Amino acid sequence: MKIMVAVKRVVDYAVKIRIKPDKSGVETQNVNMSMNPFCEIALEEALKIKESGLAKEVVAVTMGPSNCVDTLRTGLAMGADRGIHVEAARDLVPLSVAKVLKKLVEVENPGLLILGKQAIDDDCNQTGQMIAALLGWPQGTFASKVVLDKEKQVATVDREVDGGLETLCLDLPAVITTDLRLNQPRYATLPNIMKAKSKPIKRYTPEELNVEIKSGLEVVQVTEPPKRKAGVILSSVDELIDKLKNEAHVI
Amino acid sequence: MEKWRATSNLRRSLKSILNRQLSTVSEFRYLNEKRSCQSSFNLIRDCKSLGQVNAIQHRCFSSASTLVQRNPSFSTLNSDDISYFKGLLGEKSVIQDEDRLETVNTDWMHKYKGSSKLLLLPRSTEEVAQILRYCNSRCLAVVPQGGNTGLVGGSVPVFDEVIVNVSSMKNIISFDKVSGILVCEAGCILENLISFLDNQGFIMPLDLGAKGSCQIGGNVSTNAGGLRLVRYGSLHENVLGLEAVLANGDVLDMLGTLRKDNTGYDLKHLFIGSEGSLGIVTKVSILTPPKLSSVNIAFLACNDYSSCQKLLMEAKRKLGEILSAFEFLDTEAMNLVLHQFDGVRNPLPASMHNFYILIETTGSDESYNREKLEAFLLSSMEDGLISDGVLAQDINQASSFWRIREGVPEALMKAGAVYKYDLSLPVEKMYDLVDDMRIRLGDLAKVVGYGHLGDGNLHLNVSAPEYDDKILEQIEPYVYEWTSKHRGSISAEHGLGLMKANKVYYSKSAETVQTMASIKKLLDPNGILNPYKVLPHSLNS
Repeated sequence: MKIMVAVKRVVDYAVKIRIKPDKSGVETQNVNMSMNPFCEIALEEALKIKESGLAKEVVAVTMGPSNCVDTLRTGLAMGADRGIHVEAARDLVPLSVAKVLKKLVEVENPGLLILGKQAIDDDCNQTGQMIAALLGWPQGTFASKVVLDKEKQVATVDREVDGGLETLCLDLPAVITTDLRLNQPRYATLPNIMKAKSKPIKRYTPEELNVEIKSGLEVVQVTEPPKRKAGVILSSVDELIDKLKNEAHVI
Repeated sequence: MEKWRATSNLRRSLKSILNRQLSTVSEFRYLNEKRSCQSSFNLIRDCKSLGQVNAIQHRCFSSASTLVQRNPSFSTLNSDDISYFKGLLGEKSVIQDEDRLETVNTDWMHKYKGSSKLLLLPRSTEEVAQILRYCNSRCLAVVPQGGNTGLVGGSVPVFDEVIVNVSSMKNIISFDKVSGILVCEAGCILENLISFLDNQGFIMPLDLGAKGSCQIGGNVSTNAGGLRLVRYGSLHENVLGLEAVLANGDVLDMLGTLRKDNTGYDLKHLFIGSEGSLGIVTKVSILTPPKLSSVNIAFLACNDYSSCQKLLMEAKRKLGEILSAFEFLDTEAMNLVLHQFDGVRNPLPASMHNFYILIETTGSDESYNREKLEAFLLSSMEDGLISDGVLAQDINQASSFWRIREGVPEALMKAGAVYKYDLSLPVEKMYDLVDDMRIRLGDLAKVVGYGHLGDGNLHLNVSAPEYDDKILEQIEPYVYEWTSKHRGSISAEHGLGLMKANKVYYSKSAETVQTMASIKKLLDPNGILNPYKVLPHSLNS
């Protein structure tokens, strides 16, 4: 079985985010970029499944400008076998990503598609669900545990939901999106980094795949949230009541 | 380990009871308060039944050779002094509260404990000057204190010295974006300076594990080394000027911001590394390097120490200008950290290796630097210098590698009693000492070696569940003699403090030390600044 993992290049989790002066987006020039943490977890899960003998190959996919190949290289250094880079001029919205993935799935025929639950730059949490719908595949999102049964061709997924944990049994092929507690991603070891240099990365463009990536959404403005105002120390209960009544209008 | 944690919890609650009397059985406190010592022995005997005694008795240890007597020429505090200070500084800055005194009287390692009755918190250089002027006239001994993270007992009183803590002087005075020169007060915490500079696009030239608590005044006074010395050099190179207050209250304004200034004797270098014994540093002007965008870090494993050395040579040659840190730890150190901390995992879990090396490179061009580092690592692997290694792929992974290396001192503290030695040795000989100590100590204690391999600085630590004189006998003076034989330094960066005050002869000649004593006498005739420390006690009479 082949596993396909979608990974995204985002601003590094530890970096302090700044907004561009023209408010058109987040500052990404001269900022450390790395693989989305949830995508790392997704890739780690795929590698674990491969190591347990239930899959033959792990293919890492990324979409975006040419510097996204760095992320693919990280994925290959972690242990993925092949990389696919879909070249696109700017960032794609989840629906476009899902459409491209659908075409790639038709080409590659994986038995399992694993993604991170959301990207830390847009926090959309949509791609996994959309691709499952487009493909008509079952989906197990917010996975905190995945167990595959090769004979029955099912995946048992524990999902982290608001009420606790929900266990689903999905027929393969299926889409799984990973949550934080699924696993701890491995480091890229030197021998693997060495091997990664010779692993193939295939390039596609959306036109080659016959996918329309024009987005129906337009980002109008990106601003910082209002700065938290300092608290006020009050001297008496009367003052508190007065403020709650006349300033906060809650009583 | 759980047992040890329970011990320390219980000890802390007993501490407040015991501290009303005399909690420790260390020689200098005994001499000072003989009568109360008798009753404390009873208390300790009563505590024996709780089974926690050994830990308490030996918590504060002192080597037999640091038996010190309180200098009778120092006055004792009286109520007039307190009133004077309250009038000078205000009620809030004059602390006599026992709980707060407890903390400032004890060093970070809980090895040294003084019995000061007064903590002063001046907020300006002028206040420091007036305090010292008064103390000098009254012949009151003074201990300058900052973050109190020193490891040789130099930052806490030995007896009842007045503690002058500069933590309230924490303003950043100015920062020049073009030259990168930062001028700030001595009480600024290093981590705060690092964050401030980060916003400006610069970094501090020094970085150490204690950055969350240590203050720049203390760093300068002890000539702190740290993790980046191999790239940015020592504080002697980076400090452009400082302002210090002498024992008699005179303020020496040497706060220059010039890269080059050859006018007269460069006195600031006397204060850098003098551990508060020549004057209290109140302001510092320091040259900060620009923050470069590309930082890469690799965590590597080597089979033997000679590979580590060869790796260092290769790194200096092949990584050259981008090398910014080269640290090592041995298996013992790694095991300790993994054992003591929950969130830390071994980056190279496949097997336990003998030595771990952490290499950091900092440069301006991401792809160029990464390629250079990868090429170096791969060729080292092919040459058999490295047996395994990982390269951090994002900032979190990088922090986790640093957490391992920076966490060793903390892990040692948690593991029980620790005998800490900080030595500069020729790189080829460095690990021979660790092996020797392992043979000498056998099963008595665990010997851990780690440090700044790039600077030839070994942190030799001996870890045991409890302090025991049998262990100490095996270590001292063997370690010092060994170091002296190889013309090394018995204190590479930690300083002499109280711990090594009588040991300086292992690394410096008698004439040199005599000249040091003359300078001390000149600048501090009454000897009130940080007495009993740095220079041998025999010279202080």
